Amino acid sequence: MMSKQVVKFYQTGTFTVGNRLLDETLRTVQSGIARTNSLNSGHRACQGCGEALGARYAVDAAMRAANNQVIAVNATGCLEVFSTPYPESAWQLPWIHSVFGNAPAVASGVAAALKAKGKTQSKVIAQGGDGGTVDIGFGCLSGMFERNDDVLYICYDNEAYMNTGVQRSGATPPAARTMTTQAVGDAPGSRFETGKNLPRIAMAHDIPYVATATVADLHDLEAKVTKAVKMRGARYIHIFVPCPLGWGSDPAHTIRVARTAVESGLFPVFEAESGKVTDVTPIRKKMPVEDYLRLQGRFKHLFGPPKKTETLAAIQQIADDNIARYGLIEAPDSE
Amino acid sequence: MQQKPFAVTLDPNSSRQNHTGLWRSKRPVYVDRLPPCNAACPAGENIQAWLYEAEEGKYFEAWQKLMADNPFPAVHGRVCYHPCENACNRGELDEAVNIHAVERYLGDLAIEKQWTLEPGSKSGKKVLVVGGGPSGLSAAYHLTRLGHAVSLYEAGNKIGGMMRFGIPAYRLPRDILDAEVARIEAMGVALHLNHKVEDLQAELEKGSFDAAFLAIGAHIGKRTDIPGRDAGKILDAVQFLEKMESDAPPKLGRRVAVYGGGNTAIDAARTAKRLGADEAVIIYRRDREHMPAHDFEVAEALEEGIQIHWLRTITSGSDEKFQVEEMTLDEDGRPVGTGRFEAIAADTLILALGQYVDADFLRNVPGLLVSEDGVVQVDERMMTGRPGLFAGGDMVPSARTVTVATGHGKKAARHIDAYLRGKTYQPPKKHALASFDRLNPWYYTDADQSKQPYLDMARRRKSFDEVVGGLGEDTALLEARRCLSCGNCFECDNCYGVCPDNAVIKLGPGLRYAFNLDYCKGCGMCAEECPCGAIDMIRESV
Ligand SMILES: Cc1cc2nc3c(=O)[nH]c(=O)nc-3n(C[C@H](O)[C@H](O)[C@H](O)COP(=O)(O)OP(=O)(O)OC[C@H]3O[C@@H](n4cnc5c(N)ncnc54)[C@H](O)[C@@H]3O)c2cc1C
Ligand SMILES: Cc1ncc(C[n+]2csc(CCOP(=O)(O)OP(=O)(O)O)c2C)c(N)n1
Ligand code: SF4
Ligand code: SF4
Ligand SMILES: [Mg+2]
Repeated sequence: MMSKQVVKFYQTGTFTVGNRLLDETLRTVQSGIARTNSLNSGHRACQGCGEALGARYAVDAAMRAANNQVIAVNATGCLEVFSTPYPESAWQLPWIHSVFGNAPAVASGVAAALKAKGKTQSKVIAQGGDGGTVDIGFGCLSGMFERNDDVLYICYDNEAYMNTGVQRSGATPPAARTMTTQAVGDAPGSRFETGKNLPRIAMAHDIPYVATATVADLHDLEAKVTKAVKMRGARYIHIFVPCPLGWGSDPAHTIRVARTAVESGLFPVFEAESGKVTDVTPIRKKMPVEDYLRLQGRFKHLFGPPKKTETLAAIQQIADDNIARYGLIEAPDSE
Repeated sequence: MQQKPFAVTLDPNSSRQNHTGLWRSKRPVYVDRLPPCNAACPAGENIQAWLYEAEEGKYFEAWQKLMADNPFPAVHGRVCYHPCENACNRGELDEAVNIHAVERYLGDLAIEKQWTLEPGSKSGKKVLVVGGGPSGLSAAYHLTRLGHAVSLYEAGNKIGGMMRFGIPAYRLPRDILDAEVARIEAMGVALHLNHKVEDLQAELEKGSFDAAFLAIGAHIGKRTDIPGRDAGKILDAVQFLEKMESDAPPKLGRRVAVYGGGNTAIDAARTAKRLGADEAVIIYRRDREHMPAHDFEVAEALEEGIQIHWLRTITSGSDEKFQVEEMTLDEDGRPVGTGRFEAIAADTLILALGQYVDADFLRNVPGLLVSEDGVVQVDERMMTGRPGLFAGGDMVPSARTVTVATGHGKKAARHIDAYLRGKTYQPPKKHALASFDRLNPWYYTDADQSKQPYLDMARRRKSFDEVVGGLGEDTALLEARRCLSCGNCFECDNCYGVCPDNAVIKLGPGLRYAFNLDYCKGCGMCAEECPCGAIDMIRESV
């Protein structure tokens, strides 16, 4: 089992991408000049796009783990549109786009074909945005899980339909302003509903591997992709990728936004095998949800005037519930 | 011309033909900033740079970088008041980097391994240095590295100035001092002991020197009259401590009182205690907060059983006791009498009220500006009013520490070098400060400061063994790694990793990075996520 790289000695930059004090073999894929840059320069993603960053992090790690034998299937969405205005492409691996809602089914087919041809060393990944995953592609995905098809599905969650201009999806959080949930009326922004928590829905399928990750913790993200790629059967990784355009955040703040989502408890980072949570990433420096919300224009209406203290308290409650559910805060003195 | 399919406008190609750098309105640039530790070091050390080497276990390289500015790391690691640590950005996170402890580790390692340095290629010029304290020795060292032949005249029978005749052995063991001085001597500095300069002009002519550096320190203890007390029975702290270096240590009574509140007073009291005094008390006219002695020195003295009577002035005395007046502080922190008196029993009184410079032999040197208390004026080059005659250390207006004196020696050496070569020395322009708000501290691991061990109390009270111990190799390494590398790239690959457009080029170990402006969209993530604040975003001109 490939476990997370924990640096045992104190040093400058333990959480950084690279670390000149570490043995080369222990450093991240992203720190090496030999990384594949699976998603190449010249793609048309916005400045500071979290999805572009998350995709390069994930696919480069998959390429390393599978000796570059990876085939990617892509749902419609920003990742597809900004990378591949046909027939020009930023991808540096076999890559196929079909339509918005069927990426899991196409990937299942690719996996079946590889199996039929005896190409067992090749790995199939499917990827899509949150809209393509939790809404329109959901049926295909659930089927792929049910059949335990040999596919790693990666969802890049930017919490709305960004490519068509920021419409609400089943993954849009409460109170967030989108084009279809304007910050007007008694309950501005997206409504307080249960939402579609796809990592937990995936776990309910008892598939071999489910994990969440963010662009704010590269070490964790790479470890999870590497582990998932080496497994067989249906695997699911849900990566939190801030969208500066849709969220109204500073392009320079993309990683910071992701970090505050994790540190506030709003986005729990964990890992589950066969339906059971096996590991959680504890919060390192606990912060209130306001520190996360304030970085984003889509939540600006919460800060008034007048400040919506009740709504803020309700969002804080979501974070607190996550902290309790996943045990995100380590008991003091635990080593 | 080939017909394109419906709705297709591009040719099959890589996205790399699409130069997204054109979108940019700001561009990132790598910068080097001045770490606050470096800015605060009176010897002008490049602390961040030598810690960077030490982090990798490259102690020899670290020591060399340190030695570029300061020839006494083992001494400074012990006696420097480390203003660098007060300025250290890490203090905002948990505790400052224990810079002096790592410095001491490097200094001690160099002594153990007998690392040496070569003199510079010969310039053919001769320089006289007067005074063998830290300032004179530092100047001699730097001048030698710059290729000049140095003769150092020292009045005393041993070298080191106040490092030997002031600072007690329990804070600075003499073998350490000897080793660091010996290294300077081995580089070719001609040390002449028992050579007091009394006629400067004659010495300059006799030795046909091309320039001179004066660093005679400040050695004459200030006196005060105590009615009723026989002046012959009042000791001077500087003379008392100096006697400790002779074969006949001074004789003291059972109860020793020290008058003053600086580090000299503390050292005199701690020394008296070690010589066997039952009671060692310090009498000081202001409160603890206003004591010139450092807080840690006061704490160490108190631990050793020294009593301190704050807010007291001595008004009269006899052979066994003193009358003291209780003081209070006015708005400006000045002591004023309260009219209340008490008696403090003591059979020995040591005065530690500050020092004058013994500069009488300089008063007739043309061009020199010497104030009443012997302090000599110098310009920003450390040059006196007489061309070619430089001065530094305690004898010029200064904070009077070993480190300031050492820094003066370096600075003067650079200007003397320029003077001898008919040039002017232009110090490199200082970078802007690497302030804490430019850092992204998320990326640094929490780590407690490595503490130095202390000698057990029984031995501290009775012997002159060194009180504070050094770090071992593992703790020194750990401590070096606590450095945040403020304002200076430490090749953490963050910029290289976080760019969504792969627009950062990694140039390889030691070579840092470059930006590929064909693809940089100017999002600013690299600058935001750089832990140490080594990237600026600047506006593109349009
Ligand atoms: C008790 C005590 C404790 C101290 N503790 C500390 C400390 O912990 N940390 C710290 O940073 N600072 C400390 N200081 C201050 C520090 O020692 C001085 O600031 C520093 O030594 C000054 O260096 P210098 O080279 O200017 O003069 P000095 O060290 O005084 O050296 C001057 C030298 O010139 C020689 N000399 C004088 N006149 C002549 C002449 N005419 N011809 C030839 N030679 C001559 C003297 O013999 C002497 O060796 C302490 C001072 C004292 C008194
Ligand atoms: C069947 C279908 N409906 C609608 C669309 C239009 N469409 C293209 S991308 C997209 C939004 C994608 O959102 P998401 O999956 O969250 O990805 P993102 O762009 O946010 O990364 C939509 C609605 C489509 N291509 N196909
Ligand atoms: S809209 Fe959002 S997800 Fe799409 S390219 Fe821009 S930043 Fe990325
Ligand atoms: S963290 Fe390092 S570079 Fe920064 S002030 Fe402290 S010692 Fe200097
Ligand atoms: Mg989306």
